[in-house]
Amino acid sequence: MSSLAVNVELPELQNPLMPYLRQDRIPHIWCPGCGIGTSLNAFIRALDEMQFDLNKLAVVSGIGCTGRVAGYLNVDSFHTTHGRAIPFATGLKLGNPDLKVVVYSGDGDLFAIGGNHFIHAARRNMDLFVVCVNNFTYGMTGGQVAPTTPLGATQTTMPYGNFEPPFNLPYLADSCGAVYVARWTVYHVRQLTRAFKEGLSKKGFVFLEVLSPCPTLYSRRNRLGDGVEQLKYYKEKSVVKNGADTRDVGLSFQGDIVVGTFVNRERPTWLEAMNEHFSQRFGDRYQPYGVHRED
Amino acid sequence: MVDEPTKKAKGTIILNKEICKGCSFCIDFCPTHCLEFSKDFNRKGYHYPVLARPEDCTGCDLCGLYCPDYAIFGVKFKDLEKLAQKAPAA
Ligand SMILES: Cc1ncc(C[n+]2csc(CCOP(=O)(O)OP(=O)(O)O)c2C)c(N)n1
Ligand code: SF4
Ligand code: SF4
Ligand code: SF4
Ligand SMILES: [Mg+2]
Repeated sequence: MSSLAVNVELPELQNPLMPYLRQDRIPHIWCPGCGIGTSLNAFIRALDEMQFDLNKLAVVSGIGCTGRVAGYLNVDSFHTTHGRAIPFATGLKLGNPDLKVVVYSGDGDLFAIGGNHFIHAARRNMDLFVVCVNNFTYGMTGGQVAPTTPLGATQTTMPYGNFEPPFNLPYLADSCGAVYVARWTVYHVRQLTRAFKEGLSKKGFVFLEVLSPCPTLYSRRNRLGDGVEQLKYYKEKSVVKNGADTRDVGLSFQGDIVVGTFVNRERPTWLEAMNEHFSQRFGDRYQPYGVHRED
Repeated sequence: MVDEPTKKAKGTIILNKEICKGCSFCIDFCPTHCLEFSKDFNRKGYHYPVLARPEDCTGCDLCGLYCPDYAIFGVKFKDLEKLAQKAPAA
């Protein structure tokens, strides 16, 4: 046998993701079959493949199971109060414009309590990369109905099925002015990794929706099986439509899922617009902020 | 211990079975279906994946990309030396 093939000290090799994690906190608290860990796996691989300078990265989360991401990643990160990840991240970005600021949080955090911050950051084209792990529920607090719960799905606070129409998140982000909008599921690990790389490279308000199973609450209440059953559903019912009109990508209970990159456009960021505005108004008396910091 | 691969095998898996939660993502989505659940349990009481058909493993690392717990990854034999040299960062 070749020297490579037999009983080399394989168990000594460390998972290449580990340096990106706070290893004293592993194993993490996420349930068996929860998709949040797979989404983070793809995010870390994107950072690794890009050899992203971790000194130029900050990750901000709100509260929830997804919010724990900020605590597990071994980068500068902040776990804000519920719903306030975007305002905190906005301050961070404007205080240090050289940073790439990623907001990584749940559907409840970003679109229920935090929904107002989302629409205004998108409207202003604040230079933030917002990742929403959408599991259609409030995982951490026990499976209450969320602004993303599909019509008809049962939740602890909707025991006879949800009758509130949910948000179509890509449409919301698009209509508020996001410059990049994509949706994938944790079944689509390769496309998801690519989307993370694109999001990390794009300037302006970027929105990535990641559909992800919550087997403990959402699936169990709706008798949908475990995490892997949800991934099989994603596999079976997903249709890739890059450039799809976001009005047409709303989700229904266990129905078809349109995935892809829906929006990719250019628009001045909030900082660029501010600099442009004051330069026009005050000419040389205005010193543009947050530019030419590289040299 | 890793099963001794036959000539056909292009790669293998490396598993930290104690942090596996038995979700089956790796088993269900391995493109060559070479993984199966173990008969025994880890310390937390979960079945973990074993390389049931080592000759079919390509080392593609799709299992590693799916794992929500960072318990498994795949390596190609030709990359082993390179990986072993890569000292784990602090
Ligand atoms: C001000 C405030 N209100 C309510 C809560 C309770 N709470 C904690 S997490 C959460 C929702 C989490 O849902 P989501 O953001 O979707 O995260 P998931 O757990 O599903 O990942 C709520 C309502 C809180 N912590 N603080
Ligand atoms: S409760 Fe749901 S979202 Fe939270 S860790 Fe468990 S499976 Fe994941
Ligand atoms: S490395 Fe690829 S072929 Fe080998 S077990 Fe993992 S997914 Fe299967
Ligand atoms: S994907 Fe990871 S946690 Fe799930 S069964 Fe495989 S090794 Fe275990
Ligand atoms: Mg949620």
